Amino acid sequence: MWRRSASFILDRSSNSPPMADTTQNPDAISAYYQTRAAHHGVITSDWLAQAQAAVEQPDSSVSDLGAEKSFNVIDEFNGWRKQPDLAEAVAAIRAMAAVIRASEATTMMELEIELKKASDTLKSWDKTSISLTAGCDLFIRYVTRTSALEYEDFNSAKSRLLERAEKFGEISCKARKIIAMLSQDFIFDGCTILVHGLSRVVLEVLKTAAQNNKLFRVLCTEGRPDGTGVLLSNELSKLDIPVKLLLDSAVAYSMDEVDMVFVGADGIVESGGIINMMGTYQIALVAHSMNKPVYVAAESYKFARLYPLDQKDMAPALRPIEFGVKIPAKVEVERSARDYTPPQYLTLLFTDLGVLSPSVVSDELIQLYL
Amino acid sequence: MESRRNPRAVVDPKVRQVGFFTSSQPDSTHQPDPIASESHPVASSISPSGNSLSPVMIPPPRHNSSDTFPLRAAAAAASAVSPSSFSYSTRRDFPDGSMTASPGRVSRASFSKPSSSLPGVGMDSMAAAKSSSVPASGLTTVSVVNMPPGLSEKESDQKKNSKPLKEKTTKAERRALQEAQRAAKAAAKAEGGKAPLVSSGSVASTNVKAAKPAKPSSQKNDVAVAAPGPSEKKGGQTEKDRKKDAPHPRMQYDDESRVVKAKRRAVVKQTEAKNRVELFRHLPQYEHGTQLPDLETKFFQLDPMHPAVYKVGLQYLSGDISGGNARCIAMLQAFQEVVKDYSTPSEKTLNRDMTAKISSYVSFLIECRPLSVSMGNAIRFVKNRIAKLPITLSESEAKAALQSDIERFINEKIIMADTVIVKHAVTKIRDGDVLLTYGSPTAVEMVLLHAHELKKKFRVLVVDSRPKLEGQLLLRRLIKRGINCTYTHINAVSYIMHEVTKVFLGASSVLSNGTVYSRVGTACVAMVASAFRVPVLVCCEAYKFHERVQLDSICSNELGDPNAISKVHGREDINYLDGLTNNANLQFLNLMYDATPSDYISMIITDYGMVPPTSVPVIVREYQKEHSLV
Repeated sequence: MWRRSASFILDRSSNSPPMADTTQNPDAISAYYQTRAAHHGVITSDWLAQAQAAVEQPDSSVSDLGAEKSFNVIDEFNGWRKQPDLAEAVAAIRAMAAVIRASEATTMMELEIELKKASDTLKSWDKTSISLTAGCDLFIRYVTRTSALEYEDFNSAKSRLLERAEKFGEISCKARKIIAMLSQDFIFDGCTILVHGLSRVVLEVLKTAAQNNKLFRVLCTEGRPDGTGVLLSNELSKLDIPVKLLLDSAVAYSMDEVDMVFVGADGIVESGGIINMMGTYQIALVAHSMNKPVYVAAESYKFARLYPLDQKDMAPALRPIEFGVKIPAKVEVERSARDYTPPQYLTLLFTDLGVLSPSVVSDELIQLYL
Repeated sequence: MESRRNPRAVVDPKVRQVGFFTSSQPDSTHQPDPIASESHPVASSISPSGNSLSPVMIPPPRHNSSDTFPLRAAAAAASAVSPSSFSYSTRRDFPDGSMTASPGRVSRASFSKPSSSLPGVGMDSMAAAKSSSVPASGLTTVSVVNMPPGLSEKESDQKKNSKPLKEKTTKAERRALQEAQRAAKAAAKAEGGKAPLVSSGSVASTNVKAAKPAKPSSQKNDVAVAAPGPSEKKGGQTEKDRKKDAPHPRMQYDDESRVVKAKRRAVVKQTEAKNRVELFRHLPQYEHGTQLPDLETKFFQLDPMHPAVYKVGLQYLSGDISGGNARCIAMLQAFQEVVKDYSTPSEKTLNRDMTAKISSYVSFLIECRPLSVSMGNAIRFVKNRIAKLPITLSESEAKAALQSDIERFINEKIIMADTVIVKHAVTKIRDGDVLLTYGSPTAVEMVLLHAHELKKKFRVLVVDSRPKLEGQLLLRRLIKRGINCTYTHINAVSYIMHEVTKVFLGASSVLSNGTVYSRVGTACVAMVASAFRVPVLVCCEAYKFHERVQLDSICSNELGDPNAISKVHGREDINYLDGLTNNANLQFLNLMYDATPSDYISMIITDYGMVPPTSVPVIVREYQKEHSLV
């Protein structure tokens, strides 16, 4: 609504066409962030163990072979993503694996087409989830590449794909371990780490550091509206890591005593920047101006072929925000759940491909997709 | 400007001295460090051991050239005459001479020694030079050729002097040398207060049989003595020599002998501009508007030149075709015609002969207008394809294959690339956007038109600049389609930038470090946009990427017609600069390109997708891989 041009007053009158897009679905809540909120409720270590057990069970909806595959895919996906320890992309790939299993195709091309359709359905169902899109793209890419491998027998090719898809979940867990291992060099004794948001990867990093008997302390931001700070401090205190909770607005105040900032990422974009929970950009800006390094820990399947130019250049992902008190009807609320941090504010990316600088992301993407 | 270069010994502020000269490399255009040179006495330079070079000098190859002897003598004489002057022209007399030796290491003082010692010295080197075989002349030409204007002739002499080989010279030759020196001395004394450049210039011309009438060198500051090389050398030209006659596309134009050699083989007779900016001396600058009628009349007499290529060249010259893509496509289509009409002469292979023909056409096109990077890449592709043609193919098959390759290149790398770029770029245009563009880039025009077709609501700000006023063409085309446009001059870019949401720019080329090489003024617009935190998107096809790196807009550029600056089309009353074109105190500079650093660029949109400027070397690498596989 607020334009750069002084003519925004005029624009208001002609505002109806552009506004139409956003008012299309004024209460469109990003499903991705809804799930994350749900996860946050359960992502404590007590529940995690139970969740792991749940992962082993094959999903019952596999047997539900209907003619409408697309329907199947989304249900499948939803089923998988409810599991808290499973990354979004992994859930997507598991869903695709289910599609393969249920497919009646007899040639590779046919299978590819089915998969493409399934992936498109998934992507359009939740446009805001970057890892979902990235995971689907990755899997399709993998399929098209391996189909070049001359498998005489279609069935063996199919089973290989299935096997790979199922292994992806393990790869995801392994990725977290690799990242944790790589980041150990950067955590030194006596350091103070600022953490924002509740990323399972960052949690893994800190856990491993604690297991290696490193002495450090963590400052975590409150993380409204998800309340990630409280959850994280809960987890860390169990590991006997000294934790301090900050208000989101107290970040600049405490930045002096911080040695490094650790964040996860919902998606890593082509420019090398990251898309993460709302507030990450702010923290990165403050850290950059005070010369503190900002480290991002994320798996490589989160690399996406997006290129936002500014904060508004992404699909909007809204989530409900409770203020605790009644808000008058005329007052607008900024409900976006995420922001984009440009690459110049990030120092390093810890991924399962290694420790990368932000400009390498495009290199990897070009090699992967071209 | 001079303070950026060697500050130590500036003789004449107009004369540019740069760095340190290495003689035996064809592309070097540097001068020797005068101070270092002064520390080496003459004697040491002619020690028979042959190891008489200072550590910084590159040892010369052992050449002898018999026919350069009298000229060498003349040069020695001339150099004796004007010890403190930098005479480029005398150096010019010995293009085929065996002067590959190090640049001037001799102190100037040594030259004021009685001339009798000089001939001895000179003669030794003469002799050495004399016995050099003709084939060597090719190499020496090249090395000699790289002396920039205003180089001391003492260096040239020293080159000869440091010849390690001593030959015997006949008495007659020695006598001739002395005579020439005396004549030179007398001539110099007569000219007295004239610029030393001129004197040595005229001295040189008296000694050298000029094959071409030299331009009036006395008028100019830059020494453009056009003695294209002693004509007796012509007989001695070898294959190598002829090959090197074709001007290198990035030839340094302050290198007189090279320029003149190029001119000798030139079809287009361009006259050099008289009044040139010192800093851009290494770029060619010609008088505009003089050759077109001349060339047009020659249209039916061009035996070596193919009519299609000639036509394209004329179109470049007159400015009818401009813009990277248009020029490249026109050139490639002309090459297709060439291939179609080609027939292999007997006893020659198609690969070699065709490559040679293409090279000669390319040099013609360069004379009309210097190559753009897109054209350079396309030519490389064509030559690559020709070289890769299997020998077993029959002529017609080879020709058909080549033509289809060129067709494919045009289609894939230019036309389809543009479609992909448009597809990516329209995703970045949102309703309510105010888009700024500069000049008339074809890719950006296509993006804007397509976005309008998709019914996106945006308005366009076209920024334009003199003297080309290319923005008006873009404006016309956009308005015809009903796009809401604003038009302004580049002076106002900081005034309107606060309204702009995105900037779309085109590029002539993108270099390996992410620098965008584009129409002059682009850097300005990008910088202002970046200061206002407006994202800058560059639309450029991948075939225009180049692996070279450029740090500023000076080392490689193109100079346009200087008169275009002084005159305003349609406003005859603005004639304040009439008659000042040849004023020594005033130089016009009309640059065509500039380099935008990668910090100001947010994103580059190519047919490989949207990439950050840091990924350009990755694409160049992938691109070359793809090419070598194809």
